[in-house]
Amino acid sequence: MKKFYNSALARGLLWQLIGTLIGAGLVTGIRALMGLEALGRFGFSEPAWVFGGLVGTLAFLGGNGVVSDWIKWARGIPTHDHHEDPPGWEKFINVSLDHKVIGIQYTLTAIIVLGLGGTFAMIFRTELAASGLQFLNGTQYNTMMGLHGIVMIVAILLGIAGMMNYLVPLLIGAADMAFPRLNAFSFWITIPAAIWLVSSLFLGGFDTGWTGYPPLSARAPVGMQMFFLAVFVVGWSSILGGLNLLATVARMRARGMTSFRLPIFVWASIATSLISLTATQLIGLSFQMVMFQRLFGMGFFDPAKGGNPVLFQHLFWFYSHPAVYVFILPGLGIISELLPVFVRKPLFGYRWVAMSSLGIALVGFLVWAHHMFTSGMNEYLRVPFMYSTLLVAVPTGVKFFSWVATLWGGKITVPTPMLFVLGGIVVFLMGGLTGPPNATVSTDLHLHDTYFIVGHFHDTMFGGFIFPFFAAIYYWFPKATGRRMNEFLGKVHFWLMTPAFLVMTFGMMRIGLLGMRRRISDYDAALGFDTTHLVLTVAGFLIFTSVLVFVYNLFRSMKKGEAAAGNLWNSRSPEWLVPSPMPAHNYDRPFEVVGEPYDYGLPGSKFVEFAKDK
Amino acid sequence: MHHFIIVGILVIVMAILTYVGLDGIGLMPVQASAQAIPIDWMFNYQIMAMSFLFALIVVPLVYSLIVFRRKKGDTSDAAHIEGNTPLEIVWTVIPLFAVIAFAFMGAKSLGDTRRVDPQAMVINVTASQFAFSFEYPDYGFTSNEMYAPVNKQLLLKMTSRDVIHSFWVPEFRVKQDIVPGRFTEYRITPILEGVYKVRCAEVCGGGHAGMQSFVEIVSQERFDSWVKERQAEALAASQSPEERGQLLASSYGCFGCHSVDGSLLPNGGPSWLGLFGSQTELEDGTTILVDEAYITQSIMDPASQVVKGFAPMTFNGTDAGITDAELADIIAYIMSLK
Repeated sequence: MKKFYNSALARGLLWQLIGTLIGAGLVTGIRALMGLEALGRFGFSEPAWVFGGLVGTLAFLGGNGVVSDWIKWARGIPTHDHHEDPPGWEKFINVSLDHKVIGIQYTLTAIIVLGLGGTFAMIFRTELAASGLQFLNGTQYNTMMGLHGIVMIVAILLGIAGMMNYLVPLLIGAADMAFPRLNAFSFWITIPAAIWLVSSLFLGGFDTGWTGYPPLSARAPVGMQMFFLAVFVVGWSSILGGLNLLATVARMRARGMTSFRLPIFVWASIATSLISLTATQLIGLSFQMVMFQRLFGMGFFDPAKGGNPVLFQHLFWFYSHPAVYVFILPGLGIISELLPVFVRKPLFGYRWVAMSSLGIALVGFLVWAHHMFTSGMNEYLRVPFMYSTLLVAVPTGVKFFSWVATLWGGKITVPTPMLFVLGGIVVFLMGGLTGPPNATVSTDLHLHDTYFIVGHFHDTMFGGFIFPFFAAIYYWFPKATGRRMNEFLGKVHFWLMTPAFLVMTFGMMRIGLLGMRRRISDYDAALGFDTTHLVLTVAGFLIFTSVLVFVYNLFRSMKKGEAAAGNLWNSRSPEWLVPSPMPAHNYDRPFEVVGEPYDYGLPGSKFVEFAKDK
Repeated sequence: MHHFIIVGILVIVMAILTYVGLDGIGLMPVQASAQAIPIDWMFNYQIMAMSFLFALIVVPLVYSLIVFRRKKGDTSDAAHIEGNTPLEIVWTVIPLFAVIAFAFMGAKSLGDTRRVDPQAMVINVTASQFAFSFEYPDYGFTSNEMYAPVNKQLLLKMTSRDVIHSFWVPEFRVKQDIVPGRFTEYRITPILEGVYKVRCAEVCGGGHAGMQSFVEIVSQERFDSWVKERQAEALAASQSPEERGQLLASSYGCFGCHSVDGSLLPNGGPSWLGLFGSQTELEDGTTILVDEAYITQSIMDPASQVVKGFAPMTFNGTDAGITDAELADIIAYIMSLK
């Protein structure tokens, strides 16, 4: 416990509290002096909460010490290049500059936040088990549903940052990321943001769903502002993380690692980072504009002041559609990275798979308005956006065909990570196949804002992120800890989750086609959806249970897992050619790339060669 | 080679079974509008494509998992096949053309749903939290329910008083958002008589789930007689403040939250039945007599005096621009509900 009280995390949280009180107090004082209403329904007034939240976020970063090296540099005080981490678990709740520690910090936070988002889902899924309002009112339901959405988005952003941080420097033979302090900053800024996100629950919630469309979001309770603030702050993490990753890949690759000898996961990370570096600004901007509309009466989206509510949707989706490719590309990269290992065959059409990631990222920028086919935007824009959206199917198809061709004629083994890879392919296929009807304007007129969409994107998120994320954890856990996770529990996790999940999304799509709208706290019993909803709720709880099995397995295996120091999966990748767990500064000897990354089955071939001892 | 033949046959069988299965369970609600026909036509082709692609990926995947398993004791790698460029080109170019063909069909079916009949009957739809109201400009009255004759194109000119809503009748297929500050158009030609429901499809606040109205598609004769009844009512209403108040309350969407029969609506406010002259307890614990002043204050500044156990009213009379005369009529109507 003492270790916790002395940690950077605890210090940051204390400072966040103090900073928030100071900031909010200041605004309250000024408002009192100006004769404005000083207090609001939730203690402080709305401007005081927003300003307090901003000051609190900065105070967290100042208090936990992640910016202290920069402050020292600014004052001309030299610092060490590296900080040695203490042994033991407390390095994970203190500021570390080691990309592996940061990667694990991200991953563990992702799992915690994933659990939180899942809990929200269980709450409203229970409400939906039967028609009629049981224990939530409409606003509470909308808050739970909106928080489920945004909390899961944050969890996914944390999860992919975890995978990219831990893996990319190891895969390209770098000692660390290009900017280790920026890396730590990108992680720590998500903690105060996560707290603001959850705080919205206690400040009246928000009844808009995660998309926060005005004018509704301009009228929602104070919780809406804390949601906006949180997303704005998390955006910084994405932008800086993307920048850092691109710089790392550009400048710190091992000798001989030319662009078409990069591990495929690195290609996926590049595509993802290009999007998060250049598109995230738009969601921050659109939310900031609504914040300013509420705080300062600026009428950006207020028709009474000449504003246009549909403009918000353009700005919002310009990020939020490419964002879904941010969520899935690293996961698809994991699938392509692990398949050859368990099939013992090269990745079929490596260059095509690499380029398909970039293709998806690029086309992804041109499709945002397919979320707005019914919004009342200019009618003539709908058809061009249908063409561009359907084009995404082409590079996505290349990935599927290449995966199947990789499996064909292989010598396949199916331990837990491979199970999740295969599950990911099938589930993502379901998401991919149900996409084109939403992209086609005429059918989307029926499907938009129904449970069909809900089923579709849960398929893409699970297939593109959740399954590969679990695969990656089962696969690289031995690298991080020197122990492997329990196979039996891993298989229980998979066989509980996958059938339940498929039943859940098929059920969602079925009732969606028949008239079940999205984001409703209750449904008409006359529609006859009660039984299906009960099944969906039971399936949801099975998925939740399976994740509990995973969490138990994770923590149990850290201490009691079977020792696995060597090349457990018989991989060609450099990180498996050195003992586990990975040493603090990665490779003692640099390596040179002398071959192709996935030349399984080519006798005598090598991907990397380590420098000889001097 | 025999692997390819087996998988080829299995893919075809699987694709047909999937399509027949999906088609057999009846995926869509009944077709009640002319616009539903091109949409369902398009959807049918999409289901075909989905069934084929599903089989094309899943069959070889499962087949590989069964046939190309590592044998016990075998530690060697599989054959070194790096790729096949002609094959990659094939599965890039064919999908590209398929996608363009599907987009073209999509645009064509969209065009079919947008066919304009210059004789279309106009209905002005006003949405507000959490109710629809329908004004028939040709006949000069307003209704809470939508009535329309079968086989005649309707042009709905829609706007919102507050936030974004969306007009969706699943049996009609087409959906259109309703945006404050402007008008959006919704053209539909009902082809099947029946009672349907329009439900708001864009999240619009705590009461979103309950935002719905009946849509009745009837024969021309029944529609004409309905119009006559409504017109008679409107005429009667124009003569007394209470009846005017009732129509005003309907058009401002008051009945989305307040009943007039003593019941409580989900996420709504107190019933208006017997409200006037009653004693009511406020959020801060004080008890107050419901009189003209209190009702005026509650409509024009709803957050100021909230009744205990209810959320503040989302409708704001000042923002909605209720005039003093209208207010007097509405209060007269509330007073009449004893």
